[in-house]
Amino acid sequence: MESKEMAEKNVLPKDVPTMDVHPMDDVLRMDRIPHIWCPGCGIGTAVTAFAEGLKKAEIDLQKTCIVSGIGCTGRVAGYVKLDSFHTTHGRGIAFATGIQVANPDLKVIVFSGDGDIMSIGGNHFIHAARRNVNMLVICVNNFIYAMTGGQVAPTTPHAAYATTSPFGAVEPPFNIPYIADSSGAVYVARWTVLQVRRLTDSIAEALKKPGFSVIEVISPCAMYYSRINRLGDGLDMMKFYHDNTEIRHGEDTKNLDIGFQTKIIVGKFVDRERPTYMDSYNKWLSGTVKD
Amino acid sequence: MAFRNSEGLKMKANPRDVRTGTYYMDGDIAAGYGALAAGCRFIGGYPITPSTEAAESFARIAPQSGAVFVQMEDELASVASIMGASWSGVKTMTITSGPGYSLMMEAIGLGAMMEAPFVILNIQRGGPSTGVPTKTGQADMMQSRWGSHGDYEVIAISPDSPQELFDFMIKAFNLAEKYRCPVMVMSDECVGHMSEKVVVPPAEEIELEPRRIYTGPKEEYLPFKPDQDLVPKMVKAGDGYNLYVSGASHDERGYPIIYQKGKNQSDSTARRLVDKIRLNADKIIELHEEKLDDAEVVVVSYGITSRVAVRGIELARKKGIKVGKLRLVTVWPFPDQRISELAAKVKAFVVPEINYGQVVYDVERCSHGEANVVLVPHGGAGVHDPEDILEAIEYAATEKKKIRKVIIRKTRLEKKVFGGGLK
Amino acid sequence: MKTNTPAILTGTHTLSGNEACIEGAFAAGCRFLAAYPIMPALETIDRYLQRSSEVDATFIQMEDEISALAAVIGASWTGKKSMTITSGPGLSNMMEHLGLSVMLETPCVIIDVQRAGPSIGIPNRPGQGDVMQARWGSHGDYELIVLSPSSPQEMFDFTIKAFNFSEKYRSPVLIMADEYVAHQKGEVKIQPANKIKIEPRKYFKGEKDKYLPFKRDKNFVPRMVDIGENYKFHVTGLTHDDRGYPVMTEKCQEYNVHPLLWKILNDRDEIAEFKESNTDDAEIVIISYGASSNTAQKAMKQARELGIKVGSLKLDTVWPFPDKKITELAEKVKTLIVPEINYGQIVLEVERCSYGQANVVFVSHGETEIDNPDNLISIIKQSQKEKQVKKGIIEYRNETRRG
Repeated sequence: MESKEMAEKNVLPKDVPTMDVHPMDDVLRMDRIPHIWCPGCGIGTAVTAFAEGLKKAEIDLQKTCIVSGIGCTGRVAGYVKLDSFHTTHGRGIAFATGIQVANPDLKVIVFSGDGDIMSIGGNHFIHAARRNVNMLVICVNNFIYAMTGGQVAPTTPHAAYATTSPFGAVEPPFNIPYIADSSGAVYVARWTVLQVRRLTDSIAEALKKPGFSVIEVISPCAMYYSRINRLGDGLDMMKFYHDNTEIRHGEDTKNLDIGFQTKIIVGKFVDRERPTYMDSYNKWLSGTVKD
Repeated sequence: MAFRNSEGLKMKANPRDVRTGTYYMDGDIAAGYGALAAGCRFIGGYPITPSTEAAESFARIAPQSGAVFVQMEDELASVASIMGASWSGVKTMTITSGPGYSLMMEAIGLGAMMEAPFVILNIQRGGPSTGVPTKTGQADMMQSRWGSHGDYEVIAISPDSPQELFDFMIKAFNLAEKYRCPVMVMSDECVGHMSEKVVVPPAEEIELEPRRIYTGPKEEYLPFKPDQDLVPKMVKAGDGYNLYVSGASHDERGYPIIYQKGKNQSDSTARRLVDKIRLNADKIIELHEEKLDDAEVVVVSYGITSRVAVRGIELARKKGIKVGKLRLVTVWPFPDQRISELAAKVKAFVVPEINYGQVVYDVERCSHGEANVVLVPHGGAGVHDPEDILEAIEYAATEKKKIRKVIIRKTRLEKKVFGGGLK
Repeated sequence: MKTNTPAILTGTHTLSGNEACIEGAFAAGCRFLAAYPIMPALETIDRYLQRSSEVDATFIQMEDEISALAAVIGASWTGKKSMTITSGPGLSNMMEHLGLSVMLETPCVIIDVQRAGPSIGIPNRPGQGDVMQARWGSHGDYELIVLSPSSPQEMFDFTIKAFNFSEKYRSPVLIMADEYVAHQKGEVKIQPANKIKIEPRKYFKGEKDKYLPFKRDKNFVPRMVDIGENYKFHVTGLTHDDRGYPVMTEKCQEYNVHPLLWKILNDRDEIAEFKESNTDDAEIVIISYGASSNTAQKAMKQARELGIKVGSLKLDTVWPFPDKKITELAEKVKTLIVPEINYGQIVLEVERCSYGQANVVFVSHGETEIDNPDNLISIIKQSQKEKQVKKGIIEYRNETRRG
């Protein structure tokens, strides 16, 4: 249909020429690079760690898919070359549950931000953890709603500034590992984007582990969080992480609160076994129903 | 609270809430100023492009007046929180856009059933689904009327400039208090992000509708016993009335009913909820009409499109076509009667909308086959090309036959993208 | 495409509407249900679970309706035919994801067992108040196919039809049942497997790296794939091009959204099905759908016995609305009577399509129960007396009394 060709000419942006020069290129949608993230943003590093982690884990990439929500981190699905979904705000985990339960052979990753997962998606997070659905949730926590212009998030430290808390955040923030742990997640870790290699290893480990795994990735937001709070730019935040993070594997998740510019405790906190949702479901099906 | 008045008399705005002056500001920011001036004391909101600036501007100016902004965890929580705030006695609203608006649908039904006055400001964007967050659209108009389940009526008004965004916030709060129903201010990203002159008048010039409070004996209070105009009087939680409000179909006491012995089963609560607005429609509907006296073609539009239509009408008048403008300030309840009247007089209606046909179907319905109805659609993420509106007016003026369906014009954009057009 | 037994219980059964709906779903090939329990749709989940051991189907009770529809969309992309079942308040919660499934062009079926009232209303009484919401409930522009069954047999047949439509047009399809039809027990005849027509999913069969998720065929419908087949596709709710990548321009909005409407509107004459009876010589036609069509049929028969020339048009498909048929009828007859268990929804569409050619009478039966045919007969008699065509809707408020 000639109008279709005309349409393609007028509508689609010109493809960026791709060259396979980097080992990561086969896991990234090179036709969409350059990406939209700001200079000084940590999400790019998180994606690098993820891409490396995918390769390190040596899982079947064909059977792996990624779901993202809305927000800056929510754009990750658009840059990763797996079967990828950019869905609604906060419901990525529910979407992923549907994929997993309908086809238990697939490994699903939900890669989204703190606002998407813990605020509007909070309810779905605790339920998926309770059920122990087999998925890996990578939550990039930059303490703010960046895509929409810097509003307060449920992870924004107390007294930090944001556009909707112009006199300082009134509310105490969530402690993501604590919620994940108490809701039943089998693998809980937290790293900053500074600890790229450890983050990569964590991702590789979690990808091979069946059950609900959560990795919180602390990231700078140069455009909003650090600018509004006068903390410098991305590099200054990385220096802060360098001087103020402490690795404590196995630490009780109760003690992992993050205050405004306080020490950040990172590490792998929870690594346990629990029957996954499909394990329990199949057991019920064969034991109870089929009788 | 300052606005309590059981006689239904008008009150003036509180000078502490009104930032009198002449500004050059964004529509969104003007909306925040308007909300505070109207006496809004609580906003539960959730950030969504392109409406976030309205929430932010309110968050900045609210503490001085003792008003509160809470960023809730999502839109469902936002609208639930404002209904609670409404029952604790304050004027309240929330601010959102397309996807957030879709999440609020269940709660809008609850608000209609509980007759809690509240305002929702929807800064529409390109849709459906996530769509185009940073560009304009007008595709939520039908959703504002029919989005929730069951029968209920809402009031929806559509501003076309930052000045109107300020004024209409006050209008919306007044309508909400008067009719105790959800009031939607259906703006769009273009008006929301447009910077223009906004004049904020002194507080004495701003008239507010106070809440209708019941002041009779406590034992005789029936929360849903309507007045003459079908609107019941309200009280607030904490005043000793032992209030019971629920979303279930209820009787005058507010208690859920399934079967009332000896009474008409089919006249459920929903009947009064719809009559409340339908029978008062003539008092609610506001229209701006221009050049209709000799008009053969009438351009029916709302929001930003009505400003683009002005250009189309200018060009058409220059060519000698007798075209007039009917701007829908109130979109719901729909001005059935006025459209019906005009249909008997004119040849055709031209309806430009930034969607693929929503309000145009109500224009078609009310013209009863007496005038042709021409739609100038637009997918969103931009505004109309006035030339498209001009061409539609030209066609409408020259078409002699009575055509029994909506004539959908192929716009320049559609031709550019799909060659000869889609069909 | 044949379906496998034991999913298809060939034979004649007495089933309730809710049960018939599940049998229809299994017959159509549905193997995934994610739902949140809500009255009056609870029996569907019971039936599904009861049969799921024989049929090998999956069920998950999600934490709310929002996540239920999200899970259904996700499951659909794994290649399983999926559905969810809810009622009024649940459907209101699903509006955002309805938009997502339209934009991702995901086949799925949503069954709304309508109940009385806005908000919580009356959970165990019938209503027809969600029909307008089914069409306009989500934000943005889109078209949907919405079916309205009026008996357990139709619940069975229409569920199969819904799955077929959803695969053919890669669109969510809604079934507007109601509490009356859902709880009514009636005869349901189930055909043998080779007699049931099932529409297969439209799969892409080309080379893996040449797959464009939204490249449309001549019917404006793109081809789908399953997750896990190495297509490495990306889909998003943002306005997108053929590759599925977001493009935030006016042109792309036109390119992406306009065909979403056209793929269904192009076939609207075939999709808009209805059952016509006695309209050839009719002076009055009753237009009904769902539960009220039971009353309409009885009233028509009784009126004919009294010598009044009454016909009936029962809408099987409510959306896209059968504009042409209504216009045609309006030009032939004097009066169109529309009984609904709500305060005026489809009657507005009938008024729109009648172009002032016939009187439009709205018989409003407020929610909670089915209308009495005697009431309709008296309104038919009154309408006969109407000499002129009045503009606007003539409304009769139902005054049936009980007790």
